[in-house]
Amino acid sequence: MPNSRRQFLGAGLSAAVAGSAISCGAGPGGHHGASPWRFFTAEEGRTVDAICEQIVPADRDPGAKEARAVNYIDIQLTRAFKRYRKAYREGIAAVDAASRKKFGRRFAELPAGRQTEVLTDIEKSSAAFFELILAHTRQGFYGDPRHGGNRNRVSWKMIGVPFPPIRGREHYDQPKVG
Amino acid sequence: MALKHVNALIVGAGAGGGVVAKELATAGLSVVLLERGNWYSAADCRKDDLRNQRTTVLGNAFGPDEDRNPRVLVDDRGESIVWPSESGYSNNAACVGGGTFSYGAQAWRYVEKDFRMRSTYGVVAGSTLEDWPIGYSDLEPYYEKAEGELGVSGDVSNNIFQAHRNQGLPMPPLSPNKEYQILLPAAKRLGWHPFDLPMLRNSVPYNGRCACMRCRWCVGFACEVNARTGTHNTVIPAALATGNCEVRTASMTREILLDDRGQASGVAYFDGNDRFQRQTADLVIVSCGAVESARLLLNTRHRLFPNGLGNRYDWVGRNLHAHTYPAATGLFDYDTYDDIGPGASIAICDFNHGNPGLAGGGMLANEFIRLPYQFMNQVPPWVPRWGRTHKDFVRTAYKRTVTIMGPVQEMPMFDARVEVDPKVKDYWGIPVARLSGKKHPHTLEIARFVAGKAETWLQEAGAVQTWRRMPGPSLSGGQHQAGTCRMGNDPKTSVVDADCRLHDVDNVYVIDASVHVTNGGFNPALTIFANAYRSAHHLLEAWKGSKVRS
Repeated sequence: MPNSRRQFLGAGLSAAVAGSAISCGAGPGGHHGASPWRFFTAEEGRTVDAICEQIVPADRDPGAKEARAVNYIDIQLTRAFKRYRKAYREGIAAVDAASRKKFGRRFAELPAGRQTEVLTDIEKSSAAFFELILAHTRQGFYGDPRHGGNRNRVSWKMIGVPFPPIRGREHYDQPKVG
Repeated sequence: MALKHVNALIVGAGAGGGVVAKELATAGLSVVLLERGNWYSAADCRKDDLRNQRTTVLGNAFGPDEDRNPRVLVDDRGESIVWPSESGYSNNAACVGGGTFSYGAQAWRYVEKDFRMRSTYGVVAGSTLEDWPIGYSDLEPYYEKAEGELGVSGDVSNNIFQAHRNQGLPMPPLSPNKEYQILLPAAKRLGWHPFDLPMLRNSVPYNGRCACMRCRWCVGFACEVNARTGTHNTVIPAALATGNCEVRTASMTREILLDDRGQASGVAYFDGNDRFQRQTADLVIVSCGAVESARLLLNTRHRLFPNGLGNRYDWVGRNLHAHTYPAATGLFDYDTYDDIGPGASIAICDFNHGNPGLAGGGMLANEFIRLPYQFMNQVPPWVPRWGRTHKDFVRTAYKRTVTIMGPVQEMPMFDARVEVDPKVKDYWGIPVARLSGKKHPHTLEIARFVAGKAETWLQEAGAVQTWRRMPGPSLSGGQHQAGTCRMGNDPKTSVVDADCRLHDVDNVYVIDASVHVTNGGFNPALTIFANAYRSAHHLLEAWKGSKVRS
């Protein structure tokens, strides 16, 4: 499953359970530099934003960039997704490395067509990271705006889900209790 | 300070424990109901589509606590620690009401053959398929009691496959939604027997609670108007109203306390402030769900029970199963989505039994109303998973699909099991459940057959494209978990007797789906309620005869 944080009990890994031990500590990111993000460095943020937009591109409706899926992921990496910090740090580096190797530039600097090529490779070569960011991008695009993505409910408008949440069509028609 | 001694200590305020609490408290016994989770209310609906009990990508809404309750999972990929919001954990909610606080609330009676699977189908190689020691007729009066006391709506009169019943359902069905109207004539054209889904959901005001308002936030959420029915808003308040029952939430039970003779004298638990407590009682009733009930028994060690209480013959924790859910989705060339909850509305039981060459089957019904992110699981396998095409499919198809699925009855497996892990402990230092095993291949064969019927239904209804979603072979658990403390007459091949009392110790009962020998091709909640009423009745008979009083 893409969302798994299963912790395999390999040799040498202590079986003692401590929830906090699972998330890795702050990597090279954290809050340093001029990053607008909570977890990502500015460069990482650009890369993730570009990956998200590849996964849900703008067409006649807004894509993941406008929905701020990257903001959703960045926020969650300080909360429910702390356990995926290492995977993101390494996964983003792998995407930029693959991009540099193939086209000589960072992923975010490539034209869309070339980004698609790189990401198609990544889907196979870094499958675990790809599954993670695929699921998270979908959540950030289609999920509830309260979590930092789906800005202005763009995806809900796209598919036509009524908003604000109606309180049940028959709520006011039912006889009162008692 | 020692806690005041009580007659009955019930561990777990879910489907089973809630009913037992009400029955015992009403009969005048003093009762303490321990629940490891919290007591939520209608105000906890929150409508959070990424954090609820069904979609758990940002965590469970109703427990158990994500960071305190690991389990160990053993599968093809090895041995690993899993957390409550992850697949493989086999979670059921931990709160007052248990799974019934946030479930879909389908209210099925099993049929006669569901209690006689071995007699009906013979030996299935590799499975511990067996008959229950009781039959449908033993449960029928208690099904009726559960339907009346908790409240069931629907209209099952057109279900020609149901077992004999003395009364109809106490509430009419909800008005049909669009999917119902599409699927009803199609099923009839196929010669099948569609009817209105029975549900523990008020369609009219009932028992002081209002009717369903048909909103979108149903399965996995707290019901915002308290119209969906669980033990938290029926039998548990009724138990409290007697003045004989106390509910203690956030209380994690460590073990059952046993005296020198091996009789239970109460339980040891950690209260909400992590203080260690001992609560003595004449009777202990274990109602923690199939995984945690087995874990509690296995964590209860004694000179007389070195391998765990009730586990003399190594049956505690065995036969963990639930349901295998095959599904088919159909794409229509018009809008099928009408934004009217709960969505699930129409069912057939034509394929529960009598399928050629197959040992059982399952009920089929349309799926509950979906939220946008949930639709990701319904995109067909031929659509690319990302990029323009995927987005375009979601935009086009979100309101134009119908999904039909059903709980296929599983072939229990001796090696699908709950153990306690020798190394890993939870927040309180209690050894955690260790899950291992798989589905029986015949279960998957039945699921393929049932998926085909779901697809046929959609095609007949006019779907322009259909596709199936088939479950994998990994272990089943989750909300419908069952089987780990099998009910039977032979102590060598079961854990509890027909009254749900441990063979080993006469003042400990297990009353939840753990005792299910097999789990029917239906959602199990109503059967858990009915069996809890029945077991409580027999417990009280024994109590009045002073057979269990210490």
